[in-house]
Amino acid sequence: MNATGEEVMRIVAARTLSGHENCFVGIGAPNAAANLARRVHNPGIVLIYESGTIGAKPDVLPLSIGDAELAETADSVVSIPEIFAYWLQAGRIDVGFLGAAQIDRFGRLNTTVIGPYDHPRVRLPGAGGAPDIAAAAREVVVMLRQRPETFVDALDFVTSVGKPSKVITDLGVLVPDPATFELTLTHVHPGVSVDQVRKATGWPLRVAAEVEETEPGTAEELGALRDLEERSARAHRTPPAAGGKR
Amino acid sequence: MAPRFASLRDAIAELIHDGDAVAMEGFTHLIPFAAGHELIRQGRTDLTLIRMTPDVIYDQLIGAGAARRLVFGWGGNPGVGSLHRLRDAVERGWPRPLELAEYSHAMMSAAYVAGASGLPFGVLRAGIGTSLPQHNPGIRPTTCPFTGEVLTAVEALRPDVAVIHAQRADRKGNVQLWGILGIQKEAVYCAQRSLVTVEEIVEALTPVPGAVVLPASTITAIALEPRGASPSYAHDYYARDNAFYLAWDAVSRSRDRFAEWLRDLRAAS
Repeated sequence: MNATGEEVMRIVAARTLSGHENCFVGIGAPNAAANLARRVHNPGIVLIYESGTIGAKPDVLPLSIGDAELAETADSVVSIPEIFAYWLQAGRIDVGFLGAAQIDRFGRLNTTVIGPYDHPRVRLPGAGGAPDIAAAAREVVVMLRQRPETFVDALDFVTSVGKPSKVITDLGVLVPDPATFELTLTHVHPGVSVDQVRKATGWPLRVAAEVEETEPGTAEELGALRDLEERSARAHRTPPAAGGKR
Repeated sequence: MAPRFASLRDAIAELIHDGDAVAMEGFTHLIPFAAGHELIRQGRTDLTLIRMTPDVIYDQLIGAGAARRLVFGWGGNPGVGSLHRLRDAVERGWPRPLELAEYSHAMMSAAYVAGASGLPFGVLRAGIGTSLPQHNPGIRPTTCPFTGEVLTAVEALRPDVAVIHAQRADRKGNVQLWGILGIQKEAVYCAQRSLVTVEEIVEALTPVPGAVVLPASTITAIALEPRGASPSYAHDYYARDNAFYLAWDAVSRSRDRFAEWLRDLRAAS
């Protein structure tokens, strides 16, 4: 089984959750990575969704961050002010996972617009909880596809500012330089060359003296990820059974 | 004062006027879709629409031309992609231009709490160093009078009307909701008027774990509207119609297909 770059991205992100107590989960790739970690790498991890569900244990990936299964399986369900103020801002979150449309060399993120704000070429969804997670989670891990359009010299809009501990892409892993905080390539995924990563980066990429190869996804990791994503896609396409009343 | 029980049509006609600022809340769960559809049918326009996650409900209202301004945190179709009616309005001014006032979720939450608390602003730590304050006059840096720390202040939200959907109300007008609670309580408490649609009206409310009860005195009107949150969901009543959210993408992408959806909605009144 050969993993795609996107699958390796999810698997590497899931591995980073080993040993962590909890994770603030966003939708998309972070959702898949966090749920993979709960199955394979860290069964006891507490998944916290911004819908206020703490300790959710979904059987399939929720399509939205507020699907009913999250509330039904949670240890506690709290309101929006409580999850953002008492949990996130107060420093109770170990790791926050974020995606983005654009990232710059210091790990700042844009999820707002491509092009000028008043006349955007592409209007993106906007901030959501990302600036809040970036500012308050003890550790921030960013996941996004690495392309010249996503790894840009200058962001069109600064949506989130934080210090990601790690940026995991479909090509490799970047970590900030301890002194300058500039992102530095430390790992390439199996079959990816350093040159390929440079070409996918919109600025002259800093590369570690020794670039390691990412440990390939194991059969267990890849099997669990594919099972989770396939079952989820099937469940999302199925309309709900006619409403049973309480 | 106890709320009035009314039909949804009468409640919307009485409570929501052209040009009003309206907060229709429900964080993925209990989204008041039936009320949104009734606003479209009654042709309400020039609204300021306030919502943490505009979701498909505001995509529909924006596409119908009901909104002049959008106050929001995250404007996507969760797990699916863009809200294309929202994008068409912002990127191409169709069917009319849309002013934006955008926040992070924690900022908007703090702004609702400030409004519900009768304060002029809320305060939080996130947002420093972002571009958000440059494009939203409702976000400004402020300094803590005790420590000197630079924090973010957000102007309180004070909508004319809050609209929410809940599982049930009793005959006195107390409203009970449970499951994911979102920001509905704060939305109701910070608004001048409030409209609640409910799945059912019961003689007396029985306790449910984790439920919130909004006392009758905080509600202006209640309308019985079973399945009034569909295609979102009502915990313990019906599930989220994820297939609808996936299918909405193709409707929303095309002005023609959206116009067809709009015709069907208006015809079904």
